[in-house]
Amino acid sequence: MMRFMLLFSRQGKLRLQKWYLATSDKERKKMVRELMQVVLARKPKMCSFLEWRDLKVVYKRYASLYFCCAIEGQDNELITLELIHRYVELLDKYFGSVCELDIIFNFEKAYFILDEFLMGGDVQDTSKKSVLKAIEQADLLQEEKHFWTLPGLGSVKEGRAAAISQDAKAALPVPLIPGTRVARFKAKKKKKRKIPSSICYDNDNVFRISVSCANVFIVYLECKFD
Amino acid sequence: MSDIVEKTLTALPGLFLQSQSASGPAAAKASFSSRLGGLVRGITALTSKHEEEKLIQQELNNLKATVSAPNTTLKMMKECMVRLIYCEMLGYDASFGYIHAIKLAQQGNLLEKRVGYLAVSLFLHESHELLLLLVNTVVKDLQSTNLVEVCMALTIVSQIFPREMIPAVLPLIEDKLQHSKEIIRRKAVLALYKFYLIAPNQVQHIHIKFRKALCDRDVGVMAASLHIYLKMIKENSSAYKDLTGSFVTILKQVVGGKLPVDFNYHSVPAPWLQIQLLRILGLLGKDDQRTSELMYDVLDESLRRAELNHNVTYAILFECVHTVYSIYPKSELLEKAAKCIGKFVLSPKINLKYLGLKALTYVIQQDPTLALQHQMTIIECLDHPDPIIKREVLGEYSYLLGKETPEEVITKLYKLLTSDSISSETKAWIIAAVTKLTPQAHSSNIVERLIQEFTTSLDTCLRQHAFELKHLHENVKFMKGLLPVDKSCEDMVVDASLSFLDGFVAEELSQGAAPYKPHHQRQEEKLSQEKVLSFEPYGLSFSSSGFSGRQSPAGISLGSDISGNSTDTGLKETNSLKLEGIKKLWGKEGYLPKKESKTGDETEALPVPQENIIMENVDQIITKKDQSQVLTQSKQEKEKQLLASSLFVGLGSESTINLLGKADTLSHKFRRKSKVKETKSGQTTTAQNMTRSSFSSSSNVTYEEDYYLDNLQDRGDKEVKKFSLNSELLDSESLTELPLVEKISNCRLSTPSLFADNNMEVFHPPQSTAASLANEISLASSLLEETTEHMHSDLMEVCDNETISVSSYKIWKDECLLMVWSVFNKSASELKSANLEIAPAENFKITEQPGCCLPVIEAESTKNFQYSVQMEKPFTEGNLSGFINYQVMDTHSVQLEFSVNLSLLDFIRPLKISTEDFGKLWLSFANDVKQNVKMSESQAALPSTLKALQQELRLHVVDIIGNEGLLACQLLPSNPCLLHFRVHGDMLALWFRSSCSTLPDYLLYQCQKVMEGS
Repeated sequence: MMRFMLLFSRQGKLRLQKWYLATSDKERKKMVRELMQVVLARKPKMCSFLEWRDLKVVYKRYASLYFCCAIEGQDNELITLELIHRYVELLDKYFGSVCELDIIFNFEKAYFILDEFLMGGDVQDTSKKSVLKAIEQADLLQEEKHFWTLPGLGSVKEGRAAAISQDAKAALPVPLIPGTRVARFKAKKKKKRKIPSSICYDNDNVFRISVSCANVFIVYLECKFD
Repeated sequence: MSDIVEKTLTALPGLFLQSQSASGPAAAKASFSSRLGGLVRGITALTSKHEEEKLIQQELNNLKATVSAPNTTLKMMKECMVRLIYCEMLGYDASFGYIHAIKLAQQGNLLEKRVGYLAVSLFLHESHELLLLLVNTVVKDLQSTNLVEVCMALTIVSQIFPREMIPAVLPLIEDKLQHSKEIIRRKAVLALYKFYLIAPNQVQHIHIKFRKALCDRDVGVMAASLHIYLKMIKENSSAYKDLTGSFVTILKQVVGGKLPVDFNYHSVPAPWLQIQLLRILGLLGKDDQRTSELMYDVLDESLRRAELNHNVTYAILFECVHTVYSIYPKSELLEKAAKCIGKFVLSPKINLKYLGLKALTYVIQQDPTLALQHQMTIIECLDHPDPIIKREVLGEYSYLLGKETPEEVITKLYKLLTSDSISSETKAWIIAAVTKLTPQAHSSNIVERLIQEFTTSLDTCLRQHAFELKHLHENVKFMKGLLPVDKSCEDMVVDASLSFLDGFVAEELSQGAAPYKPHHQRQEEKLSQEKVLSFEPYGLSFSSSGFSGRQSPAGISLGSDISGNSTDTGLKETNSLKLEGIKKLWGKEGYLPKKESKTGDETEALPVPQENIIMENVDQIITKKDQSQVLTQSKQEKEKQLLASSLFVGLGSESTINLLGKADTLSHKFRRKSKVKETKSGQTTTAQNMTRSSFSSSSNVTYEEDYYLDNLQDRGDKEVKKFSLNSELLDSESLTELPLVEKISNCRLSTPSLFADNNMEVFHPPQSTAASLANEISLASSLLEETTEHMHSDLMEVCDNETISVSSYKIWKDECLLMVWSVFNKSASELKSANLEIAPAENFKITEQPGCCLPVIEAESTKNFQYSVQMEKPFTEGNLSGFINYQVMDTHSVQLEFSVNLSLLDFIRPLKISTEDFGKLWLSFANDVKQNVKMSESQAALPSTLKALQQELRLHVVDIIGNEGLLACQLLPSNPCLLHFRVHGDMLALWFRSSCSTLPDYLLYQCQKVMEGS
């Protein structure tokens, strides 16, 4: 079982901390400080594993960010290293070429992803697809209140909507389902976003579909069947 | 239909205007949500800790006002929570917000609830009283029809939940085990697992439901239930023996790739699941032959299936080895597993090496003879720069000593000590090892000599150890009690308070020694004095001085001194003794320094100069090493080799098992090497000089790119940005691990033979192994005639007898590698039906060149056989073997066998492309490998680096921008690989990219060899 996971920068700034065993606030601070010193003092070619207190520490550096996990005596170091890597892959997929800034400004998302991946310090779901599906579902559900009505497309019986690129030159057709009530345009400025082209979610007879176009606009559509 | 698309298009600008201006509250919200961004930016702009404190305090005051204001919306509250979490993460107290976090989880919509729960899980700990307020919310959410809400409730329950309230939610969670969605079932299982951990009695009655989860149709749910089983089996394995069959079946299915691909991790089937199962099997099979027999097959399969191309397969392999050595032994499996460890210890990757050494402890405990095959590696690791490796090594080797008499071992160690080839740090380790062995030895001449010699050593660290030994040696009886013969100290009774030293302390004090200062006091003093020395073992450094990386045994014994002082609490003492490291690290040695604490005060006064001296010594030795020539290095190797074989000789004679089958090769190569050395040193013939000069001239022609070297400094760093390395977090470093450890082990084993791969480097003077001088001259000249346009290797004799001599050389043609075997007929009669055949090799495509079928070789003449060789898939080194047969006097035929080593570099050619093309290619390649390499002094400048890369690796220099360089090459026939490198200080940051997944790794390996080698 993992005891805790820390993300910190090369400069020793904590970016994320997750504790899986009850630890007092004071103790946490002390451990974080101590471990950061130990890890930051290590040279690049050194072993990624160290024995620290009664724990085994596994760390890996990605660009300026250190991912550091403390595991118990009988746990497997190498698989923990891969666990870190899988987490980075998840972050990368979710944020689209993740960098430290993504994690600083959206750290709560990073926590959500971690919670979907590990539960109570043990691996819950190792499939990239299903972890992100769970996250996207929650994201999508929660944003329903921010939908705007789309003038001119108010109650389309049949037809098409589109995801439109920033320069308005490319339009990706999106099938509209009869009974569409509202839709939403949302700007995503970051390039190279890798968001699945459609997500369907079924709850209370509500379908929500989101379509993304690699370089910018995303149309969210919500339709209700009566 | 298309109307609507147009409509959408036209409506678009309006929409955005609307969103920006029309909705006043929306705009306010937007600015509100970016406040975290503002805070973060504000903090990063600050320069001092004091300013940060001020800013955060201000922020916290604002937040406090906002969260308690009545008109704060839940949405605003959510943003406040995020900022509070951030402030807490920076180490500031935000406890005023805790209650609001609970409220948010209670009242918010999904989005707000999620943040509320997150804040609760981060702020509160398991026994926090506010947590009780959360119970109702959790109960409500568990009953929700909304999946996301249920998921959130289950997550928080597994994360943090008051133990006494478990009964309130338990039935609800049990119900979820039957839920239609697998994600809910999975989370419910894990939540129950957490309950089992914190309150096992409460979930006792649902064991039967766990069984159901184990048989769940969803793999995820089944995998989740294994956590519970692992825990329960650990506590009482006998109750679950009946499940062994099921676990074996599951593992078989996983290993056989029967799971959905979703569970694959880098195309390895469900590694986490495999490891979990292996651990469970290890527990079930322990000391139980019948149960173990059930799993032999699947373990064998696992060992076999783990194809080594990725860290994750190593992870599985490691676990598998562990399991094999935990269960009732089966010799065949033990051997296979021991063999697998070779792949770890021989790996250049330090992580694998570390685990390999760790795995060796399992092996040694079971059967030391199986570890014999790795003895050389163990010794080599003694000089490894990372202390953690060294520590493992000494643990191993103290076990291995078992079967030789201590005197012999001490003699060997003493010899090693007096040799110049090892660093003073290693010497210190060795003295400590001698100390450990001394009580078991009967005669002590050498020990006395050693004490005499090293108590006057200039190196304080060595002196310290020698003194320790001396003191102990004077009281042999005491020493024997102190360092018992058996291998661990687990059974020793320890006077934790060290009360027996009280008298001594009193005496010392009366003689004016400084009184003892408790640990924390010293710590404070140390910090205030900004000392550079760390007393903590293994990198628990409080300073960033270079010392932290290299710990000496002295540092460790000092550390023990401190914790072992009698004023420390008994608890602390036992803790330090229980440390896992003790047994591995120095076993009995762990006690030694404490008894020596009579010198404690003295020693504590010493440390600063002492460490400086060590550092200096180490530096000197390193420099010396760098400067020393091949011969001294081979001397070192020789010494190591001798040490290795002699240390283990007791074991070796008993052992008939030689799993890798390479020990013979090793010694053989070694012998050959020394022969070569003699020949070489003895030869300064004209013939050699001739060939050497001609070779060097041809090389100049080939490397016309040399002019780049002169251009270096003129370039600015205009185009650097394109290739800037650091913005992307995800590098695929670990996605493309070195897959062919087998090959690496080959290289490793051949390294002692220093000249083994010289034949591949054009720029070294050729070594002649040929017997006849005249012969060589003629061969060399004929060679030059044919190959003026291409680079070629030196001629090397591969086999000979009284009639013929076969030599071979390589011609590195642009499109392929041409191997030429020259057969020289030494006899006075002609040879008939001469036939040379090359055995087909796995990784090569070999094509015979036309016109080399020669039925007759005339007397005293040379004939060439040519083969073009292509590499089928990348590897570091391979072997090409073949034979020649011919007939003498038309009667009996003679056959001679030979083999030639081929390296990856034989198939690498410069790729001449423009900077632009480089950029395009760079972006199109998916496989990359990055590594920082330390350069030796002679190379620590861009021009020389470039030269080395260009010449040794045959890379084409595409461009040089500032201190960065772009190089390109291709692996024949057409696998391009690009290298971007940057020099800073003595570090070289290498970044390879290629379309071929394994090529970057191999090139990196070669590159490292070049960088380290010269």
